[in-house]
Amino acid sequence: MTELLQQLINGLALGAIYALIALGYTMVYGVLRFINFAHSDVFMVGAFSGYFLARLVPEGSVMGAILVLLGAMAICAALGMLIEKLAYRPLRGRSTLTALITAIGVSLLLQNLGQRIFGANPRSFPALFPQHQFHMGGLVISSGQIMVFVVALLLLFALRHIVLKTRIGTAMRALSFNPTAASLVGVNNDLVISFTFALGSALAAAGGILYATNYPSIDPLMGTLPGLKAFVAAVLGGIGNIAGAAVGGLVLGLVETGVVALGGSTYRDAVAFAVLILILLLRPNGLLGRSQAEKV
Amino acid sequence: MTRSQYALLAALVLIGVVSAFSGSYNPYFLDIAVSCGINITLAVSLNLINGYTGQFSLGHAGFMGVGAYSAAVLTTSFGAALLPLLGGQPLLLFAVALIVGGLMAALAGLIVGVPSLRLKGDYLAIVTLGFGEIIRVVLQNIDAVGGPRGLIGIPGYTTLFWAYGLAAIAVYVVWAMVNSSYGRGFLAVADDEIAAEATGINTTRYKITAFLVGAFFAGLAGGMYAHFKQYIAPQGFGFDRSIEIVVMVILGGMGNTGGVILAAVLLTVLGEWLRQFGDLRMILYSLLIIVLMILRPQGLFTWSLPRRAG
Repeated sequence: MTELLQQLINGLALGAIYALIALGYTMVYGVLRFINFAHSDVFMVGAFSGYFLARLVPEGSVMGAILVLLGAMAICAALGMLIEKLAYRPLRGRSTLTALITAIGVSLLLQNLGQRIFGANPRSFPALFPQHQFHMGGLVISSGQIMVFVVALLLLFALRHIVLKTRIGTAMRALSFNPTAASLVGVNNDLVISFTFALGSALAAAGGILYATNYPSIDPLMGTLPGLKAFVAAVLGGIGNIAGAAVGGLVLGLVETGVVALGGSTYRDAVAFAVLILILLLRPNGLLGRSQAEKV
Repeated sequence: MTRSQYALLAALVLIGVVSAFSGSYNPYFLDIAVSCGINITLAVSLNLINGYTGQFSLGHAGFMGVGAYSAAVLTTSFGAALLPLLGGQPLLLFAVALIVGGLMAALAGLIVGVPSLRLKGDYLAIVTLGFGEIIRVVLQNIDAVGGPRGLIGIPGYTTLFWAYGLAAIAVYVVWAMVNSSYGRGFLAVADDEIAAEATGINTTRYKITAFLVGAFFAGLAGGMYAHFKQYIAPQGFGFDRSIEIVVMVILGGMGNTGGVILAAVLLTVLGEWLRQFGDLRMILYSLLIIVLMILRPQGLFTWSLPRRAG
């Protein structure tokens, strides 16, 4: 029982990180209907921003950790907007496959620029805040995991507020509902898309830092697998659906931790894809997605 | 015999004559030439799935890996037992291994194709990507084929003749299929699936056929690759390799066999040429993809207006 609860906590912590990354995929899909492959590398840039920013703040202070987190989120938000403007905006209105290939190109570019600038060797991520293991009746929770839960919850509520209660959030929802109609009623589509990329990339940066505090080895290719899994989480929850991305992330984290706990750790990377294939076959619109009729 | 069959025969004879002198060519260039031949087979077979049938697959390297491993296991582990049965002819063994590899890959293609058919566009791309990655992880976990260390000591049977012979056959088969009255169904599925279905075309069958034939040739190319490099590892058949093949198809122009062949050669040579820039190589390569997608999404070698939208 204790073992089960422990795995539950580990799975939820991993799942919360997947959820943060998955939100970026799902929001971009919502407004542009394409898979932003480069998102996983924005996540990597977030972790590296945290690595370098951590040198500027006193080690082990909570205030410093928050500053690092906000700084990395700002850097990645700017990066996300830049990518959108340079690579994706010229492709607006072209086929999704063209955009998909471009996104893969951007992803390769970021990975290889990362290898050129940061070097290909893994670096160890500094401890941003006091490390501590809390013991509660046989359960072990690390301060890193608590940080994951707190930050992820705060960001999710902030995102919920932005999307549901603000003007720009309303514009985002309008755009994902119908881009033409949205621009007819005065929504500045370019601005909203840019903002969506900034928001998603900032969440990816937070995910990157949280990931790095729990798995403190970062390298320029670190984004690929978490990124793909987060994408699976987005599809699992129903792509384009923000609550779905959060649910999908948690479910995927639990499933993956469960498979590892059952002794299948060499297959942990295949699990996500098996889940993806199953969900697409059984419920292609995801857990929380609604099916859409195809118009001829 | 039809004109295209004569063309295939002429190409095979030409390849035979050219490769008869392969001993006198610069081995470095010979190496690149063989790589080009293998990449032509891969790109042309993917073009049947992605280009002509419009089913976007990102898992081609997985099929290649299945073929490579099947063929390599046959010639290494079972080679000694099989050779006497085949009259002691190593090249016959090679041919059998290639075909078995192709059939195994086709089986994998069938397994991927059947469930994936319910999906379209980028969903299909992601599922095929997932299948490709699953194939890689499974290969990594089979200790009998070396696991993550890979398989070594594969005999170097691949020659210029074999590589280009296979490429010529792949080009011929895809060309003949697509340009037959039966094969128009592939184009119809790509152009408008619903309209195709409404006119009585069995779209499911066409899609499965495309996956089967494409995977079969990818498997053959994989076997060819294994016996060319003489060493294979699961990482060599991952997502990056799939992207490389996809870029060849896109660069050449989806559903433009001539363009795809040119693009396969161009990218293989370019990849070699960029080696002198060291780690800038992949940066330039990825920039090239982005710029080409923005400036010429219809492909470098497609001059007429894009035949289809979407």
